[in-house]
Amino acid sequence: MKVAVIKYNSGNVQSVLYALERLGAEAVLTDEVDEITKADKVIFPGQGEASTAMNYLKERNLDKLIPNLKQPFFGVCLGLQLLCSHSEENKTPCLGVFPVKVKKFLPESYAESKVPHVGWNNLFDLKSPLLKGLDDESFVYYVHSFYAELSEFTIAQTHYIKDFSALLHRDNFYAMQAHPEKSGLVGEKILSNFLKL
Amino acid sequence: MLTKRIIPCLDIKEGRTVKGVNFIQLRDAGDPVELAKIYSDEGADELVFLDITATVDKRKTLVELVTKVAKAINIPFTVGGGISTVEDVKVLLNAGADKISINSAAVKNPGIINEMAREFGSQCIVVAIDTRNVDGIDFVHTHGGRTPTLLVTQKWAQEVCDRGAGEILLTSMDHDGTKSGFANEITAEISAMLSIPVIASGGAGNMAHFKDVFTFGKADAALAASIFHFKEIPIPELKKYLDKEGLPIRSQ
Repeated sequence: MKVAVIKYNSGNVQSVLYALERLGAEAVLTDEVDEITKADKVIFPGQGEASTAMNYLKERNLDKLIPNLKQPFFGVCLGLQLLCSHSEENKTPCLGVFPVKVKKFLPESYAESKVPHVGWNNLFDLKSPLLKGLDDESFVYYVHSFYAELSEFTIAQTHYIKDFSALLHRDNFYAMQAHPEKSGLVGEKILSNFLKL
Repeated sequence: MLTKRIIPCLDIKEGRTVKGVNFIQLRDAGDPVELAKIYSDEGADELVFLDITATVDKRKTLVELVTKVAKAINIPFTVGGGISTVEDVKVLLNAGADKISINSAAVKNPGIINEMAREFGSQCIVVAIDTRNVDGIDFVHTHGGRTPTLLVTQKWAQEVCDRGAGEILLTSMDHDGTKSGFANEITAEISAMLSIPVIASGGAGNMAHFKDVFTFGKADAALAASIFHFKEIPIPELKKYLDKEGLPIRSQ
């Protein structure tokens, strides 16, 4: 089995590659249309700013490719946001796989809630084979200022300031706002479930 | 619910841990990778590696260490010590560090915070602030707290936040090493003032000190070194205690 990790101007790709290595998966970091199309699984990591990332994808025609891929596809962090229809971050139109809007966290006061949402928070209302074997209330590691709203594609929620989509699923597309590669055993389980899809 | 983070800090010199550690299960007491793995297994929420290697040529050792740590553990970690350029940050992030922390370099050239945040995103730029109270006023100190500056801590904290820091690691030099508790007053003051998380450091001596810094100190995370290294407070016990005290704590 070959896993393509989409290469773009996103930080922290290395950690995703190491996590896959720990799970014994054969992974390749690539922005080649051919190589991505042929892979058995595709992981779309992310960290950074939405409009810059979208421009980078457009320059390489990956914005056309990604929504048409047929194999199991996993967007992580900014990867989840880019799979949605629109992000409030610099008013960026995104890939539109999930007809869901991405919004900025607006706390009532910073004494109560900081932005970004940094640290370990729990999932709840889990409903997907991707989350098989996980306890309700499993903790995952978050670092983000924008969130996807709840929708019919939400397969797990997290509460920070309000309930938001922790994970999304539609057809062959899966996405997670937290970082599975940094979420200890829980994250490892999710990645390993994805590899088994 | 977002949980309060417990962060052990490992001091590194030439790729080895320097402060004595007292882990019987360690085969090599100076091996940071093995120690990192144990802390991660015990439920530490994050790790900080502070490189105190002075010379530039030894920095290569640090990058090799970061790669090894990133391969071995699956929780976030920050690397600090002697980082002053965008290039320094790039090398460490590419090796697998999740965040970097800068201290003296930011005081010397505050614009570097903007530059780093723009290049890599605020989420991976931690600004460490060492503070000491002098005649009732909190002043920023550099070089391990030895060199006083004219910067007032509260003002500097606001400035680094405005310049794009993602988190602040606040160490009270008055409390550091005393085991008499964290500097809750200034931690609370800064935490309430800023939109970004504050990691409190310096002074941890018992489990109640952690509870105090999360409640009175309004800290988002607490960092300590020797009390963890010497097993004076085992992390699982600390987390169990904090959970019982009603604080939001991650269980594994």
